Amino acid sequence: MWDYIKLVALGLIAVFAAIAANFAHDVAYQVHALLILVVAAVMFVITLRQTGDIRAPAPADEYFDSVIRYGVVATAFWGVVGFLAGTFIASQLAFPSLNFEWAQGYMNFGRLRPLHTSAVIFAFGGNALIATSFYVVQRTSAARLWGGNLAWFVFWGYNLFIVLAATGYVLGSTQSKEYAEPEWYVDLWLTAVWLSYLAVFLGTILRRKEKHIYVANWFYLSFIITVAMLHVFNNLSIPVSIFGSKSVQVFSGVQDAMTQWWYGHNAVGFFLTAGFLGMMYYFVPKQAERPVYSYKLSIIHFWALIFLYIWAGPHHLHYTALPDWASTLGMIFSIMLWMPSWGGMINGLMTLSGAWDKLRTDPIIRMMVISVGFYGMSTFEGPMMSIRSVNSLSHYTDWTIGHVHSGALGWNGMITFGALYFLVPRLWHRERLYSLSMVSWHFWLATIGIILYAASMWVTGIMEGLMWREVDANGFLVNSFADTVAAKFPMYVVRALGGAMYLTGALIMCVNLWKTVTSVGAKAPVGAAIPAE
Amino acid sequence: MSDPKNSNRKPGDVETTGHSWDGIEEFNNPMPRWWVMVFYVCIIWAAIYSVFYPAWPLINGATPGVLGWSTRGDVKAEMQSWTDQNKAIQAKLVATDLGQIQNDPALAQYATNAGGAVFRTWCAQCHGSGAQGNKGFPNLLDDDWLWGGTLKDIAFTVTHGVRNTDDEAARFSQMPAFGRDGILTAPQIAQVVQYVMSLTNAATDPKAVAAGKTIFADNCAACHGAEGKGDRAMGAPNLTDAIWLYGGDRKTLTETVANARFGVMPTWGKRLSEADIRAVTYYVHSLGGGE
Repeated sequence: MWDYIKLVALGLIAVFAAIAANFAHDVAYQVHALLILVVAAVMFVITLRQTGDIRAPAPADEYFDSVIRYGVVATAFWGVVGFLAGTFIASQLAFPSLNFEWAQGYMNFGRLRPLHTSAVIFAFGGNALIATSFYVVQRTSAARLWGGNLAWFVFWGYNLFIVLAATGYVLGSTQSKEYAEPEWYVDLWLTAVWLSYLAVFLGTILRRKEKHIYVANWFYLSFIITVAMLHVFNNLSIPVSIFGSKSVQVFSGVQDAMTQWWYGHNAVGFFLTAGFLGMMYYFVPKQAERPVYSYKLSIIHFWALIFLYIWAGPHHLHYTALPDWASTLGMIFSIMLWMPSWGGMINGLMTLSGAWDKLRTDPIIRMMVISVGFYGMSTFEGPMMSIRSVNSLSHYTDWTIGHVHSGALGWNGMITFGALYFLVPRLWHRERLYSLSMVSWHFWLATIGIILYAASMWVTGIMEGLMWREVDANGFLVNSFADTVAAKFPMYVVRALGGAMYLTGALIMCVNLWKTVTSVGAKAPVGAAIPAE
Repeated sequence: MSDPKNSNRKPGDVETTGHSWDGIEEFNNPMPRWWVMVFYVCIIWAAIYSVFYPAWPLINGATPGVLGWSTRGDVKAEMQSWTDQNKAIQAKLVATDLGQIQNDPALAQYATNAGGAVFRTWCAQCHGSGAQGNKGFPNLLDDDWLWGGTLKDIAFTVTHGVRNTDDEAARFSQMPAFGRDGILTAPQIAQVVQYVMSLTNAATDPKAVAAGKTIFADNCAACHGAEGKGDRAMGAPNLTDAIWLYGGDRKTLTETVANARFGVMPTWGKRLSEADIRAVTYYVHSLGGGE
């Protein structure tokens, strides 16, 4: 019966997509309609071939790991795509002739920049979060994922969202909201996928065999719920036509800006901080083989973090049309956020006390330590930059870019790499990783790459901030804007070099993980979901 | 409860909470004292700060803060202090004859600084931050002027602009599009282009020069002069000095003759103060080519 409902639904989607492609007002919408037509048609054929088959029920005493294996592959793949795009656009900034004449309108900086940010945050980070949360919630709840094939829908649906978003940017479909560029129909699709993700995760927690919910799952759950809320409110818009990608925002002016940065800042707060803290709270104690440092600290910093983060968005809008009172609140909440953020760092680093010797022998632990270190550094830098007088120097400069990347490359990237190195041998039942020395190479290339990136952006950011505000004895500006751009050239080259090193490290990781799966001896599987009691 | 076999505890460790998930336990350590103290300090600081600065939203407006500070007030005060400081010398700049500025060192210095700032803010986008110009936008460092390089000429050009529709006094002239409007045939354009190139000894097809000279005399000399030296009254460029606004190669010249050019400069008289216009005039004049 279920198969027939699916067939009818897929058929209707395919027919509507064909109609939509025919009446499309713009290229992006047309390409997307054709893409959906192909996906629905392929799904229709697959479903048709399976209709009537008798399938064995999923074994309830085994973890649902196949979807996580796909997630691990997707994470590594999108990571390389995102780093490559980043390295390329960094080179475009240093050498503008890389905005090729023949590729204008498709591969110029303006089109590729959202492709880079979405690829690293949502494709690489998002797949990492979905895959690890599925892994962690099963292990720490001693239960199989809830919802059967819904987990597959979450994985494929999310990756379809990424393909729609990425192709949309290149073809010029954007609602011009930073980190929320995809247009209305892509947003609606993501909403459906995300609510399914919430259902799978929450369903698994509800059927857990452990009495308490592990701290990692608090963080994952807060991330999933808050991102759902942020996504829906920031994307409230009315399509101009059902057959076109353009839509009009419900909010306008400063209200729209305020909503956008409430979203934008909490994309950092809940996607890149809370979600990744969930990863940290599982993989660090597992890899260190030590208990978490302080249960009490984890409770207090969790609640303080999620309560305070949501108010900090206005610090992105200092000295704009935003009223001063909102700007003040954004700033003081950011300052109060400093210690709750550091709670995660303390718990991560102190968990390693008693296992410090592993730093010498285990490059994966080293990766996790540097990750937590960069987390601590950027969560200090963030509150500092939210102070109005610091912000008057740093805002609109490359310092912001450097800050974001020390967090993204250092914290999110490194903890994800650590998790991937942890997961691959376990998910594919291998005895060990293919090569620890390749992990070391990855570690050093990535670390030096981040340092080159962050240091060059500090220098160029502070330099351009000072050049912009420099006035002579009569109060006249000393530098033209073009002078400040020209002065940044050497630092832009250093930044692109840092990005290239980071990308190289990720490629080494991909080879290492590939060889682990293909040429390391197998280990007897231990899949049974045995409660730890 | 935790399984002693799986325990990762070491001798001397504090007690755990007794939970264990997939082998992960939790120590019952207290929160670090310094962490708690710094957290409290941040909260207290935030509360105090919100009393001094605009912070809490009310039904109408928000609490203004006891310091009475605002971002707009801040920038207004800073602007005002510069305005007050420069008031006297600006009045002097407006009252002094343009030609006399250079005789007053303090005034000349001020005009150079102010003019440079105006230039880097409003003019650099087209003319370049070093006034070196760009394709279609004249270089202001040399002594090749389209509309004249005296202080008076420059002041007029800055005030009214060139070929814009916002100012009736804007400098205006229009070269015919000899190709597009069917005045000359393609072979004729090729010949006249060779003649123009020959003026700077750059002709690539010497045989066409003689024919081009006749075409030039009939069609171009009225504005560019019989010898091609140009006419500032009409903004007609000198074609003999090897300085090209759009380019002096065969392809670019053919494009120029066939479709004409229509470079526009905005009128600044409606946007900048008299003092600013005088300052930027003095600055541009002083760059090297002033007459």
